[in-house]
Amino acid sequence: MKPDCTGKGPEGLSRRELFALAGPGLFLGFSVDWLAAQEPARLPARQGYPTDLNAYLRIAPDGRVTCFSGKVELGQGAMTVLAQILAEELDVAYDQVDIVLGDTELCPYDMGTFGSMNVRYFGPALRGAGAEAKAILLQMAGEQLQAPAARLQVKGGVVTDPNTPGKSVTYGQLVQGKRIERHMEGVAVKPVAAYTVAGHSAARKDALDKVTGKAMYAGDFTFPGMLHARLVRPPAHGAKFLEADSSAAEKAGALVVREGDLIAVLHERPDLADQALGLVQARFERPAPTMDDKTVFDHLLKTAPPLKDAGASGDLAEGEKASASTVEETYLNSYVAHAPMETHSATATVENGRATVWASTQAPFSLRQQVAQALGLAPQNVRIIAPYVGGGFGGKSAGGQAVEAARLAKATGKPVQVVWNRAEEFFYDTFRPAAVVKIRSGLTSAGKIALWDYKVYGAGEREAKTYYDIPHQRTQSAGGWQGGNPPGMHLSAVGPWRAPSVNTNTFARESHMDTLAAKAGVDPLEFRLRHLSDARMRRVLEAAAKQFGWKAAKAPSGRGAGVACGFYSNACAATMAEVAVDPKTGHVQVKRVVSAVDVGLAINPDGLRQQMEGCIAMGLGYALTEEVHFKDGEVLDRNFDSYQIPRFSWMPRLETIIIDSPGMAAVGGGEPPIITMGAVVANAIYDAAGIRLRQLPMTPARVLEALKKG
Amino acid sequence: MERTISFTLNGRPVSVKVEDGRMLLWVLRSDLGLTGTKFGCGEGLCGACTVIVNQQAVRSCSVPVAEVAGKQVMTIEGLGQSGLHAIQAAFVKHHAFQCGYCTSGMILNAYALLLKTPKPTPLQIAQHMEDNLCRCGAHTRIVDAIGEAAGASKGGAR
Repeated sequence: MKPDCTGKGPEGLSRRELFALAGPGLFLGFSVDWLAAQEPARLPARQGYPTDLNAYLRIAPDGRVTCFSGKVELGQGAMTVLAQILAEELDVAYDQVDIVLGDTELCPYDMGTFGSMNVRYFGPALRGAGAEAKAILLQMAGEQLQAPAARLQVKGGVVTDPNTPGKSVTYGQLVQGKRIERHMEGVAVKPVAAYTVAGHSAARKDALDKVTGKAMYAGDFTFPGMLHARLVRPPAHGAKFLEADSSAAEKAGALVVREGDLIAVLHERPDLADQALGLVQARFERPAPTMDDKTVFDHLLKTAPPLKDAGASGDLAEGEKASASTVEETYLNSYVAHAPMETHSATATVENGRATVWASTQAPFSLRQQVAQALGLAPQNVRIIAPYVGGGFGGKSAGGQAVEAARLAKATGKPVQVVWNRAEEFFYDTFRPAAVVKIRSGLTSAGKIALWDYKVYGAGEREAKTYYDIPHQRTQSAGGWQGGNPPGMHLSAVGPWRAPSVNTNTFARESHMDTLAAKAGVDPLEFRLRHLSDARMRRVLEAAAKQFGWKAAKAPSGRGAGVACGFYSNACAATMAEVAVDPKTGHVQVKRVVSAVDVGLAINPDGLRQQMEGCIAMGLGYALTEEVHFKDGEVLDRNFDSYQIPRFSWMPRLETIIIDSPGMAAVGGGEPPIITMGAVVANAIYDAAGIRLRQLPMTPARVLEALKKG
Repeated sequence: MERTISFTLNGRPVSVKVEDGRMLLWVLRSDLGLTGTKFGCGEGLCGACTVIVNQQAVRSCSVPVAEVAGKQVMTIEGLGQSGLHAIQAAFVKHHAFQCGYCTSGMILNAYALLLKTPKPTPLQIAQHMEDNLCRCGAHTRIVDAIGEAAGASKGGAR
């Protein structure tokens, strides 16, 4: 299995699992990158990234600094936060920094933009490069100003000698737009306590482009003679192509390309290509009946590979003995789509044995390999440029649109653009997997959890193991989002969906904690704290409770208040919510959400708040409405009418709390709060109405059914 | 059948020779090269393609271009041609976007709201914006930005 086609984020996997995943065809860049990043001493080394500082930055004669990174701006503020980091280390003004992202020709290799890894893994490399550059620039300035480098001061890229006022030299004058040919080893990065740019909120670098419509996305590039392609698609996953008659489309003036598995209709105008596609008569043989969105859970249990241990301590038999009562529950979640507003798009040119593809992708470098392979070109003859990307959430780690565009550009000899329509976006999405979690637990007569036996099927094991203090526990996992599942286990390709595995596991664990709290007759927050010795998690819970004004009560209290917490890649989040349940319609309105996170040092606090707000909003979708409807390989959701994503009227009052941990390395904040959203809403519904929903999403129909049962 | 459709686009007269029944979105993006207007769903469900026609917000993916003959059309490229419009400035200030793909539609739908209701309440803003979808979750900032652009947060009109 190659990491480039599934785009899996690596964290949460042990070395052993990584090697199991990577298999014999170990992908060197992939493994080195993050294995290195696992090492505790992260600074100032640049493991997995180039050692040459010129790969990261260029200084123009006018003193403007350009920062280069293989990361992509998906909307999460990579441009802004990376510019902050470089400005800080170089001691130039934030506004002096321009940034070039996601261009395989100009930027240092990067595995991809996912897993909250920009700040965590690329950040240290960039800091190291910036610190080294500054040290060299001071050395050069010292020679010019005839002063020891240690005495020099620098502000805004202007170097001065305090002993000879009036004399100065700028970075721009020192470098003259050239490469920095010197090299220095072991330069220390700036201590966090000295930060003036990082650690403070910054104006987004992409703001003007985005409010004026000037921001270019992959489907906005046009070239003379460019053709728009629409492709013949199967009606269902597993359908077999039989035959196609494209004569009517050709008669209507479209160009038809048939090459291997591709049948494409091309036209200078995208809508006319679409009309012509409607004239193609294609026949497919549907697959044999398999499963649908209702039977999928039984199907998963039947088809999952054997359970694998993912952590254990104590002895389950002892736990049984110590338990005065036991509880066994099952938690379900359906497939969930990424549904970015920009569908997968690509514009490709192939000329003189070189391909250039502008693509909405989270992983330009692995896409380069895929395109090179598809076209029979050497990777160095393929350039991928990820311009602004209209939302990723994990879904643009994969996607064949760029390969389609490149193949068609090669076949036609013209620039070709492929923009998936919304139905294609749903059909080819690498869904967050449907999953089943079974938990068997036991309480002592004193209300302490003595037993915890946790099994997850389909979602994966990340953060499946509980961090609560439970003496006898076991965690097991079968199958997951990373691929490698038995054929036919999942509807189609599954993949990373914002905080992969962890939404499922947090929903199950935190719902179950509330069930046990209610059984023990203890307030849900107090019950958690009684089983929690992790200081960081206690602190986010307590911070959220203080802001929320949490009042201890045994649930259901009728107030509709809920709590949930969890870890995500060494960040932790605690969320509290207040909901109202309409007993007539089953509609759940989330009225207020308070979320606290600890992500180590927050480089851009407002950027982190934007991510937290985004997590809460997006999380309401998988909590309340989002599930992919399908039957026998056919994806029934084709647009936003049946697949409902959060809207303005859903938005609760939002309060975000950042727990400042400047002593801890920044760990990235694109994902933590979203993991709590299923459970916090489920727990608040229980507190409001006394009904326990164990299946996501908690649609009005499921709420009504639960109310009927009582 | 091809015919020539004339209308005013961002203050300037334009004529395009187009097939009958083509939607405004594609003519804007492909024939006229204005790519600030986005394709999101193709069925008027998401609002990414929102433009202003005779002072009303419309979904350009679902408006045949023939319907705008003789009318005034404004896209995001036409807003704030001489410096940022108050709505754009407020979106910048509040960081009322993330990926930015829905932003053109959000801003133009807000523009139509403020023409009709110069001092909307947050609830009126949310109701008016309800069918413009944002996947990144910038909703509350969008409401704040529109409120500020309307002068609501300053307690007076601009």
